Parts: sequence; C-alpha cells; structure tokens
Amino acid sequence: MSTAEIIARCQALYDDLDFTSAREWKNADPKRKVIGYMPVYVPREIIHAAGMLPLGILGGGDQMEVIHGDAYYQSYICRIPRSTIELGLTKKLDFVDGMLFPSICDVIRNLSGMWQLMFPDTYVRYFDVPQTYQDHIAGEYYIEELKELMAGLEKLGGVTITAEALRESTAIYNENRRLINAVYDFRAKQPSKAPSVEVYLLMRAGMVLPVEEHNQVLTDYLAAAAEEERPLRDNCKIVINGAFCEQPPLNLIRSIEMAGCYIVDDDYMLINRWLLDDVPLEGDPIANLSAAFLHASADTAAKYCDRAEDVGQYLLSTVKKTGAEGVIFTAPSFCDPALLERPMLADRMDEHDVPYISFKYAENSGQMQPIREQAGTFADSIKLWS
Amino acid sequence: MNATAQTEVIKDSSMLLQKTMIAENYDELTSVQETGKKVSATFVPGNLNELVMCFDMLNNLPEINAINNGMRKKSGMMVMQAEKMGHSEDVCTYVKADIGSMSRGNIAPNGKPMPPPDLLLLSYTGCFTFMKWFELLRHEYGCETAMLHVPYEGDGIVTQNMRDYVVKQIKENLIPTLEKVSGVKFDIDRLRENLRHSAKAEDDFVWVLESAKNKPSPIDAYFGGVYYIGPIFTAFRGTEKAVDYYKALRKEIEQRIAEGKGPITPEGDMKDERYRLVVEGPPNWTNFREFWKMFYEDGAVVVASTYTKVGGVYDLGFRHDPDNPIETLADYCLGCYTNRNLSQRVDMLEKYVNEYQADGLLINSIKSCNSFSAGQLLMMQEVEKRTGKPGAFIETDLVDPRYFSAANVKNRLESYFQMIEQKRQGARSAA
Ligand code: SF4
Ligand code: SF4
Repeated sequence: MSTAEIIARCQALYDDLDFTSAREWKNADPKRKVIGYMPVYVPREIIHAAGMLPLGILGGGDQMEVIHGDAYYQSYICRIPRSTIELGLTKKLDFVDGMLFPSICDVIRNLSGMWQLMFPDTYVRYFDVPQTYQDHIAGEYYIEELKELMAGLEKLGGVTITAEALRESTAIYNENRRLINAVYDFRAKQPSKAPSVEVYLLMRAGMVLPVEEHNQVLTDYLAAAAEEERPLRDNCKIVINGAFCEQPPLNLIRSIEMAGCYIVDDDYMLINRWLLDDVPLEGDPIANLSAAFLHASADTAAKYCDRAEDVGQYLLSTVKKTGAEGVIFTAPSFCDPALLERPMLADRMDEHDVPYISFKYAENSGQMQPIREQAGTFADSIKLWS
Repeated sequence: MNATAQTEVIKDSSMLLQKTMIAENYDELTSVQETGKKVSATFVPGNLNELVMCFDMLNNLPEINAINNGMRKKSGMMVMQAEKMGHSEDVCTYVKADIGSMSRGNIAPNGKPMPPPDLLLLSYTGCFTFMKWFELLRHEYGCETAMLHVPYEGDGIVTQNMRDYVVKQIKENLIPTLEKVSGVKFDIDRLRENLRHSAKAEDDFVWVLESAKNKPSPIDAYFGGVYYIGPIFTAFRGTEKAVDYYKALRKEIEQRIAEGKGPITPEGDMKDERYRLVVEGPPNWTNFREFWKMFYEDGAVVVASTYTKVGGVYDLGFRHDPDNPIETLADYCLGCYTNRNLSQRVDMLEKYVNEYQADGLLINSIKSCNSFSAGQLLMMQEVEKRTGKPGAFIETDLVDPRYFSAANVKNRLESYFQMIEQKRQGARSAA
C-alpha cells in the first residue's frame, strides 16, 4: 500500500464528523460500548481491557459550523468546548456510551459538568490525575481513581476487567507507542519523507480506530514511507509546542511546512506518546499504569512541574533529540495552560539559545497568510544565523 | 479620579475595624525584616490559615494584592506591564497584575515594599491557573514551594480516596516543609485552638450572610460581602481578632434589622429595596464603586452570592472541626465553591434564589476566569428553568479596566430590572 492510499484513508476518517467507523465497530456487536475522551490523557488500556472502544474527541475542526455551541460559551473561551457541545447536540455523538474529561484545564473540567446536565443518560467521568508524584501518596490516590474508573466501566458494560485482559491491552498499547515513536523518529531523521500533515493524519486515525487497526496502519506507513522518494526542501527543523488540546486546522500544519519549517516534533495528540516507556507487563497492571504516569510520562502545561529546574526540560530535550533548530509556540486562543506556561518555556529556550516564535490559532482559523509569513521569516532567520 | 470616588464614603464601624485590621496586617507583612517573621504566599480558595499560623508565619495573598491594586486603580498598568513582558492578553488578570506589580517593586498599600515569600504554599483548589501562577512565581522568586493538590468534586462528592490524598499531603509534605522553612515545630494543639477560633467566627459569619433573608436585607451579600463581610475571613480566619470582628459585625447587623434598615452603601443606608438578586461570579474591582452604585441607586440589593463562598461554604454547614484537625483542613479545601461541579453550583444557586426570595439570578461573567465562567450560560438556563425567575448576564473583568464598559453594564442591568418588573406585573395580573 502506498503512503497516498494510507493517508487517503486517514483523511477520510479525519473528515468524517459522524464517526462512521466507530459506529460500525459498535454496530457489529450489540454488547459493544464506545467511550469518548478529550485531551490530554486517559489510560486507554483500561477501556480496551473492558472490550470497549476508546474514541478521541478533539472538537469539530474547521469543517463544522458551530450554531448551538456558541450559545453556551462567552467569546473569550476557546473553541473546542463549543464545537464539542455542537457535536453532542447535533447527535454526532449519540452512539457514545461514556465520556471522559481529563483534568487538563477549567474549561474541560466544567465541560464535564455540562455534559452531566445536558446528557444525563451518558456515563460521564471527570478523570482527575494527580499533580504530585510520590508513589505512597499520589500513587495510592491514582490507583484508587483508576479502580473507580474500572468499576464505572464494568458497571456500564456489564463486564469484568481482569488483570489478564489489562496485561494484554497494555501490551497492545505498548506496541502502539513503539510504532508511533518509530514514525516520529523517522520523521525527525528524514522529514521530507514524512510530511507533517501525513504524520498528523496518521495520529488522528489513532483517535478513532481500534488500536490493533491503528498499529497496522502505522506499520504499513513506515514501510511505504521508507520506500518512497520525495523532494527534499531547504527547510529548517522546528518543534511545535502548545497545541495539545484544541487542534489546529490541517491548513495551518501545511502552511508551516510550506513556509520553510519541517515540523520534527509536536504535542498535537500527546495521548499517543504520553507514557514514555513500555509499561511493564509483570506485576499489578493498574499499579504499573500508575507508576508510568507518575514517573515516565510526557510533560505539558496541564501538569504541575514539581521542580523549578525541570520546567522546560522536556521541550529542550525534544529539541536536542530531534536536532531541531527552533520552536514554534502555537497555542489556541484563550488556552490558559499553554499561554500561562509559555513565558517560562520561552525563558528556558533563551537560556539555551533556541530561537522561537509564538502565535495563536483557533480550530477554525481560516487566514493562513500571516502565519505563513511569520513562519517563513522565522525559517529564513534560522537559516541565516545558524 | 471620578466624581463618585471624591465624595466622602460612609462607613459602618465594622468597616472601619476591618480597615484597621487589614492595615495592621500589611504593616506586619512589610516589617518582616525587623521582626524576622517568615512569609508564605498562598491563595484564597483553600487557604490553610490555621495551619500556617502554627508556624508563626504570615500569609500573603497575591489575589488580595491584585484586588487592592485594582481598587486603587493601579492594576491596569500592571497588567499591561506583564503583557509587555510576554504574558498573553488572554490569561487571568490577577496573575498579570501580580507579575506586573512584582516588576514594579511590589509595593503594599502602606507604601512599603512587600517582602519576597519564604514559601510558596500552593493549595490548588478549584482553578488550574493557580498551579501555573505559582510556577511563574517560583520562576521569579526561586524559593521553597509546597504543593497541595486538591482533587475536584467531579461527581459532586468527596470520596474517602480524595480526602486521604489531601490529608497525606498535608501530613507528609506540607507540615514538614512549613517546619523547615519556619524553624518552628508543629504543635497539633495550637492547630486545634486556631480551628476553634475559626469555627466560632464561622457561626457568626453565616448568621450575617443569612441575615439577607430578612426584608429588607440588612446587608448586600455581594458588594458588601466582598468588601467588609468576607475578606476578613480569609486573612484572619483562626484568630481571636476574627472572632471579635464577626461578633461585632453581627451586633451591628442585629441593630440594622431592629431598625428595619437596608444595607450600608458608600452613600449611606440603602433606602428602598426594590430588587433582590442572587449574583454568581467575582466582581469587577477596577470600577467597584461605580458598579455597586448601579445596583443601589436602582434599589437592587444582592441577597446571596457565590463569590463569597470561594473561601468556604459555611452556609451549607461546613465548620472547621478542632477534633479532626487535619481532616477538617482537607474537607475545607475540597468543599470550596469553585471546587464543586456544575450541578452542585446550580443546586446552590437554585437554593439561594428560593430561600432568599430573590427576583432572579444575575451572572457577572469574568473574562479572566475560566474556572467560574466556563459553563455559566448553561447554569443560568438551568436556574431559570428550576426557579421560574429571570436570569441576566453581564460581562466584565477582575482587575483589567479595559474590560469594564460602564454603559454596557448599566444598560443590561436596567433592562434586567425592567424584565423583573414585567414578570411581577404578569404575576399580579394572573393572580
Ligand atoms: S484549548 Fe486550552 S483552555 Fe481550551 S479546553 Fe483545551 S486546554 Fe482548556
Ligand atoms: S482564573 Fe479565576 S479562580 Fe483562577 S486565579 Fe484567576 S480569578 Fe482566581
């Protein structure tokens, strides 16, 4: 299969706001349940182990007209909650049996309450992760939270989640993370062979496909991309930071690359790479998920950084690892966590002479010209000074 | 300075007393170089005043400083200064007022520089901005930091797991850090004593808040609530001074009720109570008096508000419990208003509209504050549906004067009062 064929399938999944593939998955067996989740992280292993389909909900993008959703939000609140409400009210999520709202910011947190009020028949859980990291305190708390989530899903599905099923699911998601990391490594080394829009669509496919299918798509892409020759541009390499929740329109990603910047790392769908290492398969699977979260998970603005010296180190190490020449801070308008954290990250970049620029977007931003110009000037300045 | 601010402000004795107490508090804070006292910077929702006092430390509350700067019309410059330094125009203006103030020497209302904190005590209750705010402060001050993560009541309940998590953090992280920074050994009996003071003051505080059930209401539970009824509660909770203050305030209000008086306003007693409102959301501070005047000059009194519950929901029954000193601190943090889910917030508003016989719910939606604001339009719909009383929505900001449009707010309020009148007439003609 060629990359074009693989990406065409991913694009079709991306464009389909009715979530047909997930509906079909559910319809294949009346016992099946679908659990929606919002950014930034939920332990999909547990949902999978319950025999359910985790479904990433990332707003409505730039193709959906938001009519009802705007009536629920003031103009100074980001766009993802209003387009998500729109998805709910227009019955595009009417097949979803449960919704998980992770603790990422006050908007998503309050959206969990809105969902409880507006869709009382859906299983709704605000998924609160610890913001401290000691095993005997935060770990014990988090393990109990994971058990509560398990109990909720068991009740919803009339199933029992066994340790064995959890181990199997963990193994499949370990494989998923390995493949995803392989795609990111491949792109960092040969960015011309894996354009960012393609990598993005591949990752988005992981939000809606069963993980086993996604693993196959990733494997196929890696094999096809390595074979294909593509023109090498005189682009600089940059890392994208701040786009971990509301997603940019595809055109924005494309524009950055067209303007002369190869994206060699990003935080678009951080859930895919949240856990940094394989989660061990021996021992208690829930305790393993907890330890992975506490001690080997990605960094983002939605997380408390408990040591001042660690602020920005994750981003810095990404820059170093990928050989990036700069950072583009690109956050959704009104995104508190990303925008509050940005000055601290910028200072860390300054300390290490990593150039950066910043701009904001909305999931339905249409005007790409200013962004193209800004990214183009940034790329030129990097080339000139490096 | 505008004309209103020039006129002499009329104050009850409780207001004068609280003014003295706050001034003394700032004097204490700005003289730590001489006294050697240590300072902890912490937030209002979920503050652990009783615990901090066990270590002879002083509490500095950056939100209160931002409010002070807002009321003294200084915050606008500070916010802009922070924006110049790279802080986004989209984020909470309390944070920017604080950072802007820091870059201008952090001058307290008494004209003296605030001391840098010895400890950043982050009790992270009900708002994610706090977490990043303190990372930003740590970035500037580089001092010791203690984090208390308080889980959110997503399902509208506090589970044993949530409580245990908070208790363990207090016992195993916070107390040792406070001991280390202050050099004072923790004494649980001292904590119990402070909690006893809190509980006493809380009884009188609730009595004062509930006095608004009277007609006319002897207090304004929003403007008065944040001005002289509530603030004392956060900075002085756990002290004897607070117990005395609330005793005195209660007496004063008893007197008002006996005399059939309405609330005190900056222009004297409010005469004619025409509208009784419940208000959700923080106030605007940059134009506080102008804002308040828009209410009292039309005879509108706020009989209950939610902002006065960010420091605790005592009117729903919570009291600090000296018999379970650490657990009670955990329960307090877990129960603060912004840590409650939307259903709980709607229930509270519904109860207020009914129990305080209000004409409706007014939401002051704050641009800065996603914790309060996200979901408020749905909350208004729900409360309207459940109570049958009309709701209204205005938009302002906390300490950024650029987002206070007096004309807009006034127009909206006037239309709202008309709507209430029409509803009344409708009800009369139906009867
Ligand atoms: S875009 Fe930012 S502010 Fe908006 S919901 Fe996501 S994390 Fe929260
Ligand atoms: S966002 Fe709201 S609750 Fe949070 S610090 Fe700002 S004003 Fe306070």
